[in-house]
Amino acid sequence: MRAARLSVVTALTAVTALTAVTGCTSKSDAKDGDRVISVTATDAKCVTSKKEISAGHVELAIENKGSKVTEVYILFPDDRIVSERENIGPGTKQRVTAEVKAGDYQIACKPGMKGTGIRQDLKVTGGSVAKRDPRLDKAVAAYREYAQEQADATLPLVATFVKAVKAGDLEAAKAAYAPSRIGWERTEPVAESFGDIDPKVDVRADGLEAGQAWTGWHRLEKALWQDKKITAAEKTLADQLTTDLTDWQQRVGKAEITPTSMANGAKELLDEVATGKVTGEEERYSHTDLVDFKANVEGAQKSYELLKPVAQENDAALVTELDKQFAALNTLLDKYRPNASSYVFTSYEKVGAAQRKELSDAVNALAEPLSKLAAAVAK
Amino acid sequence: MTETQGSPSRRSLIGWGGAGLALGAAAAGGAVAMTRTGDDVDPTAAEVGAAVGFHGPNQAGIATPVQDRLHFAAFDVKTTDRAEFVQLLKDWTEAARRMTAGKAVGEGAFGGLAEAPPDDTGEALGLKPSRLTLTIGFGPSLFAKFGLADQRPDALVDLPTFAGDALDPARSNGDLCVQACADDPQVAVHAIRNLARIGMGKVVIRWSQLGFGKTSSTTPDAQTPRNLMGFKDGTRNIAGTETDRLTKFVWVGRKDVDADSAWMVGGSYLVARRIRMHIETWDRTSLQEQEDIFGRDKGEGAPVGKAKERDEPFLKAMKPDAHVRLAHPDSNHGATILRRGYSFTDGTDGLGRLEAGLFFLAYQRDVREGFIQVQRNLATDALNEYIQHVGSAVFAVPPGVRDKDDWWGRTLFSKEA
Repeated sequence: MRAARLSVVTALTAVTALTAVTGCTSKSDAKDGDRVISVTATDAKCVTSKKEISAGHVELAIENKGSKVTEVYILFPDDRIVSERENIGPGTKQRVTAEVKAGDYQIACKPGMKGTGIRQDLKVTGGSVAKRDPRLDKAVAAYREYAQEQADATLPLVATFVKAVKAGDLEAAKAAYAPSRIGWERTEPVAESFGDIDPKVDVRADGLEAGQAWTGWHRLEKALWQDKKITAAEKTLADQLTTDLTDWQQRVGKAEITPTSMANGAKELLDEVATGKVTGEEERYSHTDLVDFKANVEGAQKSYELLKPVAQENDAALVTELDKQFAALNTLLDKYRPNASSYVFTSYEKVGAAQRKELSDAVNALAEPLSKLAAAVAK
Repeated sequence: MTETQGSPSRRSLIGWGGAGLALGAAAAGGAVAMTRTGDDVDPTAAEVGAAVGFHGPNQAGIATPVQDRLHFAAFDVKTTDRAEFVQLLKDWTEAARRMTAGKAVGEGAFGGLAEAPPDDTGEALGLKPSRLTLTIGFGPSLFAKFGLADQRPDALVDLPTFAGDALDPARSNGDLCVQACADDPQVAVHAIRNLARIGMGKVVIRWSQLGFGKTSSTTPDAQTPRNLMGFKDGTRNIAGTETDRLTKFVWVGRKDVDADSAWMVGGSYLVARRIRMHIETWDRTSLQEQEDIFGRDKGEGAPVGKAKERDEPFLKAMKPDAHVRLAHPDSNHGATILRRGYSFTDGTDGLGRLEAGLFFLAYQRDVREGFIQVQRNLATDALNEYIQHVGSAVFAVPPGVRDKDDWWGRTLFSKEA
């Protein structure tokens, strides 16, 4: 569990094309000048060269002619950020790139980096992202389908878990706990993009904000394994879990997914493993961390496999390395389950310090090259 | 910008040539002043916080005047692919070449593709080169890999067990080591962190040690530093300028090697020992006893019966179990080692005691005639009551990187070169 990130929701493809120190520009990512909108920012104005552009790749060529440090944003109608560039010093130029779909947007300059900014409308026309590699569109569609399948498959497993909790059957509930989380863990970056759902279903005790009620899987995990009892409160929480996850299932299809967010999502899944699972923090009562671990890796691998055809073209060496490291990590994980189709993994309590280091090393070996996938896809 | 970006070699020339001329850089101690930059902006030549030359017949970081701070890391090699390992050594060399010159790794810490993590981690931006040296070593276990068995030098022995050793395997040994020394701790840590990152998937850190205060000097004019027991130690250490003693005691020469180990000429052998000090009990020890144990006075550091630190010690005036007496070359068939250790304090242990001591680093031409001889002789050292060796490692330190086309370990792996 982690605080919601923007990366899945929006297509953040901003490129710093120069250093603020020298204030000069370098090569642009735009294929031609038609895709560039110049933005002249002053302390009182925000002048844009275009009010309308067709969907696809767009680049803002920003020049700060004012005396204050400024920021420039491309915003969705609900003020969510499509792309941004902060700390644009007086007299400097910067570039921001983004992929935009058809719709109404605004460009905002914030002199002094304060307030809601000086706004200019930007209308994006056309039905689809025109310039994107069709293979990437296919990858996004396939990933969206995967995310939906995972959510659809999760609900019956959650129903089994909830039924056991409500029947007060401690052992059955324990057995159903880890399987109910697999689909969620596989697609966690998508799930986390709905900032309101994750804190309800996947928060750990240490992740609670002041005054926040503890609900969701881990609250029930504590009841089952530590308190070893199911009371009326747990039964209510089980129903709440069903409600919240049904909400997730219905919204997965609406998530904003881009090739870049898929690649970053894969990396984030490995981050989850590195910070939560390898340490045994995620499932501190049930010690089913390796189930989540495997699910995270599977989800990351899914994104990767879908993006691979394009990545292969742009960075063949990276693909070779990622294939090798995914295989190595999966082989290592297989040591902790009876066979390659089982999702019953060794309790993490029984995984010693040397074995944990071995797992951590394998995660690092994969996560480091995986952090380069987004760039290989965005090229 | 395009112009600046397109000509890194020009900037390097300005940085190295200009400042090098100005300071008249010498091989090992050669200092080039420049400011660490993120994107190859011209270094400001005349500033202090110099860079130590990376290229030379011997690796820097041995005879180099001892810097204030240390980050030492031992690695285990994970890859079984010799070509991949050789490529890592080349990548590391290039990164080391840049970092020791005060530059960022790869394409820098900012300004690159927004979708990709920056090549450099960035925490050394704006810091001076700080005399950073990076020194690589190969542990005995490396020679069991990649078909290197025949090339393991006879002098690279596994250390025997010494009396009183309480070695923790998790703080001992390693296939590789990198010693990062700098006057700024953040520069040293940045270097190890970035090398570890470049190595991910191929090598993993086995253990690492931070050192905060040098306990030895390789510059005879400088004041001898004190260890955490408050004593000067290593007064007669080998100085970086003592070419004869370096040749005699530190650098591996042609006569020391056979055809298989000829790759070590110009190299040295490193022994690293993590020595925990029982600080609290030491602090309760009377001054007289402390001075007797070391064989020096605490204030000046003079040997027993002498007035000045650098007066020739009269060993027989000391107690038979005095540290200086037992460690002195005259008690060890002339054995002399170049010490480069650092004090460490890793917080406190579970009992509220300082988790502190000496991270002992010593370079020598032959471990058998150097550290092993001296350490065996220290079996009766009165100091042993207050110290415990808890980590240990030995490494063959290959010769220096000659020029911009050379790389760490080339003489060992040169079949691929």
